[in-house]
Amino acid sequence: MGMRKVAIVGAGITKFVRRAQETGKELSWQASKMALDSCGLSLDDVDMVTLGTAPDAFDGVHMKGEYLADGAGAHRKPYMRHYVGGGTGVFSPIHGWFHVASGMADICLVVAEEKMSSCHPHPQGAFLTIFDHTTEQPLKPTLIWIFALEMNRYMQTYGISKADIARVSVKNKGNALDHPSAQVAEKITVEDVLASETLCWPVNRLDISPASDGAAAVVLASERVARRLTDKPVWIDGVGFAIDTAYWATRDLAYPRYVETAARMAYDMAGIKEPAKEIHVAEPYDPFDYKELHHMEGLMLCPRGEAARLTAEGYTARDGNLPICPSGGALGVGNPIAATGLMKVIEIFLQLRGEAGKRQVPGKPTCGLAQAWGDLMQMGTVIVLRSH
Amino acid sequence: MVKRVGIVGIGTTGFRPITPDVSYREMIFEAARKAYTDAGIEPSEIGGFITAAEDFLEGYSICDEYCPDQIGAVLKPTQTIPGDFIQALATGYMMIMTGAFKTVAIEAHSKASNVKNIDELMGFAFDPVYNRPLRETPHAIAGLEMTRYMFETCTSAEQCAKVVVKNKANAMRNPYAAFGAEISERDVMNSDPISLPLHRLDIAPHADGAVVAVLADGETALALTDMPIWIEGLGWCTDTPTLEMRDWGEAAYARIAAEMAYKMAGIANPAGMIDFAEICDEYSYKELQHMEALKLARPGEAAHLLESGVTSFAGDIPINVSGGALGVGHLFEASGAHKILELVEQLRGEAGARQIPDVNIGLAQVWRGVPTATGAVAILSNM
Repeated sequence: MGMRKVAIVGAGITKFVRRAQETGKELSWQASKMALDSCGLSLDDVDMVTLGTAPDAFDGVHMKGEYLADGAGAHRKPYMRHYVGGGTGVFSPIHGWFHVASGMADICLVVAEEKMSSCHPHPQGAFLTIFDHTTEQPLKPTLIWIFALEMNRYMQTYGISKADIARVSVKNKGNALDHPSAQVAEKITVEDVLASETLCWPVNRLDISPASDGAAAVVLASERVARRLTDKPVWIDGVGFAIDTAYWATRDLAYPRYVETAARMAYDMAGIKEPAKEIHVAEPYDPFDYKELHHMEGLMLCPRGEAARLTAEGYTARDGNLPICPSGGALGVGNPIAATGLMKVIEIFLQLRGEAGKRQVPGKPTCGLAQAWGDLMQMGTVIVLRSH
Repeated sequence: MVKRVGIVGIGTTGFRPITPDVSYREMIFEAARKAYTDAGIEPSEIGGFITAAEDFLEGYSICDEYCPDQIGAVLKPTQTIPGDFIQALATGYMMIMTGAFKTVAIEAHSKASNVKNIDELMGFAFDPVYNRPLRETPHAIAGLEMTRYMFETCTSAEQCAKVVVKNKANAMRNPYAAFGAEISERDVMNSDPISLPLHRLDIAPHADGAVVAVLADGETALALTDMPIWIEGLGWCTDTPTLEMRDWGEAAYARIAAEMAYKMAGIANPAGMIDFAEICDEYSYKELQHMEALKLARPGEAAHLLESGVTSFAGDIPINVSGGALGVGHLFEASGAHKILELVEQLRGEAGARQIPDVNIGLAQVWRGVPTATGAVAILSNM
């Protein structure tokens, strides 16, 4: 393709918690410091910084990117914030990829931060203002309502039961027991999910990821620099992103076509023809358990309507044919929105380096994928990583 | 390998104090339609899209949700940069330089008239722990900074007022401008004191409007138009967001961003190479402070260049011939968009009554406003 190659050479994640004592600036600093330390760099080595964080309403800070700048290590550096709603975390390294692949930077620090707990009484309050002020806000919808609509549509279209979907929550919360940053890792059963409080049918409490505070960071480097810094660079081979219309009520919610569009862009760039065979490990976004299944289908990792069956058969377990969310995902590790997406990218980075510890999937994977999703069920972001 | 990136189309609604007749989406649609017509391209042919917007000014959380439809970006690679248009321009430039995109459209708008109390809203940008409890307004901080700048450079408030006189007079030649006026230095000094030495007329009033630009790689640009306006240099920088830690006299963010842009453009002697500039004058003194940071004037020299007419419409380095923010209106995230629009029209020779003769290289610079210390610089040429 003649493109400049870009590698991830270092990564850091804070603990994901319900209420961090640290400010957003401090969380950003912790993750940035860990990422730089992991590859033996200091801030002086960083050419440029890019930061992802979702709505300003969580923190109640206007121009939140400006507020977080020094925490993210951007002092007197070229620094920009980017933003695609819930898809931000996986977009963050894509924005960093623009910096390095374009030749503008050799080393770019990519930071993703979210501190949801500042929003009282509950971060859900920040989501009341995501809806169209004329056609939707008068109906007083909550975020969970629209996902209940989507989940129900998905279940009805393919004849999937709530128990089929609950298996995702059981798997991911179990996987998260091995993740040092995890907030809600737990050994639970399908019955526990079904018996948890109904928030808006068919969504129960344990179908949903928690509100979280946390930050994550990666260091991107050009090929020449990456090979000097590490023996195990992980290459960004494909990036894709796409947004669907804001008028979500006019779409078929059974299938995330925007994820497919984003995936096709990333697969084309990475030269992937048969994703289900060529991708060895994947971290699709799972803020709700049904979303993991929905996204597996959008990513063409399985035929439409088949993801629930594959999950029941153990195909997506950590030791299955195609491990999905071996980190524990948003359901298990926690969901500080932008930081979650980057946590997923970091999980693939560690899996491809063989450094995922107890979470390591078998078979020495060499190609992995992370994906996030956001806005009004309309944004898809996909990144494909390879170890060689 | 992509060698160059050019602007091949640009469109705008123009800028007005209020726009009760259109929604922001309708404004954006109008600007996008004009930009795509100007570039001779259909939105379906465009590779990627960027909008520059901030949640609180839009009145939405995750306002990027509402960007795709009116710019033709449905199911396209689209992102939002919560920053100035020139930062979005830098992202678009980088996207094309990767080789993965041939064309990128960039949108920014201001619907400031929708916001009931902008000063109160801007107060939410202050550090919530250290600064917000003091209930400063942005203008209070600007007044302090103006005092420091005047002290360090021996500049007077009367000299700053001359920036307002120049820019509002320039705006009289600009059909897009909302706040053109023939006023005197005395009018500025006699206007309401806001945060002395800052008077009401030292402050750029807000305006509404939208701008869309289309970028293309060199080959595509030359296929689309006879006169692409090339991006020669880009720089952006954030100094500390902490008010207590920064240098108040010098605009370090502008200096560092300019150094980056000059290096990229291969410009060693900015005052000799730059034909004209559109620089941030959200407050009158900012034009002078930024001229020095951009090395278009030596420290303390900006006011003298202004008084000797070097920066006037017919001067050696005309600054803000569009009228600047003081004459056109302050446009928030679209501030840089208006400056790029002016550069493109001047470099194409399409600026009508305000056309500067024989210009080849222009510079646009923005600042993100109080309390930030973030700025960006773009250098464009028609050669």
